[in-house]
Amino acid sequence: MNRNVGIVIVSHSPDVAKGAADMVRQMVGLDVPLAWCGGDPGGGLGTSVDAIEKALQTAWSDRGVVIMVDMGGAETNSEMAIERLPEKKRAKVVVCNAPIVEGSVMAATESSGGSPLEKVRRAAEELYPRM
Amino acid sequence: MSQDEFAPRATGSTVLTHEGGFHARPSIMFTQLAKRFSAKVWIGLSDQGPWTDAKSIVRVMALKASRQTTVFFAAEGTDAADAVSALVRLVQSDFTNSRDQ
Repeated sequence: MNRNVGIVIVSHSPDVAKGAADMVRQMVGLDVPLAWCGGDPGGGLGTSVDAIEKALQTAWSDRGVVIMVDMGGAETNSEMAIERLPEKKRAKVVVCNAPIVEGSVMAATESSGGSPLEKVRRAAEELYPRM
Repeated sequence: MSQDEFAPRATGSTVLTHEGGFHARPSIMFTQLAKRFSAKVWIGLSDQGPWTDAKSIVRVMALKASRQTTVFFAAEGTDAADAVSALVRLVQSDFTNSRDQ
């Protein structure tokens, strides 16, 4: 079986990112490539393009990766990390517009069943549709 | 899916005895199991529907099926009967059947 779509969790807080990743592991299982990052290099709240880039490598799947973000810089830094990828990989990464904790669990559940990237993204974004 | 065209190959039902009903973890186990089958699988709170895609984690959780609710299953496809019986067993086992069953 092909590897499943990967999940990267990016929060300003390492505790939030790790906690969301723990929920994915415990509720969904081990079938989904998963990585998280959070906090700035100085130990404060924030996000780092380098850390996101590394997380993308850890959770990489040829079927694609969804990035779950909390807000603001998490999203823009994720987009910058995507820009650093080789062009061929760039098209396989999407930033999800979904709440970070619930969205991560929904996306991982969808991924664990072998769904393609777009379906994984939709599962996370379907949770709280934008008005 | 139009109700008129609905002709399931397999149906089943069982009472949801799990303490918290279909909360997060049971819903995840349920949809993960449903996805193992190639059949289309639906869950409903009545044998007349409306029917919800049993492979959609978001929709299964949105059902908010609570304890003592009777849940109904319908499936269409070559492994429809296996899918229904596996899902009935999962609910009846109080979601203790692991995902590795």
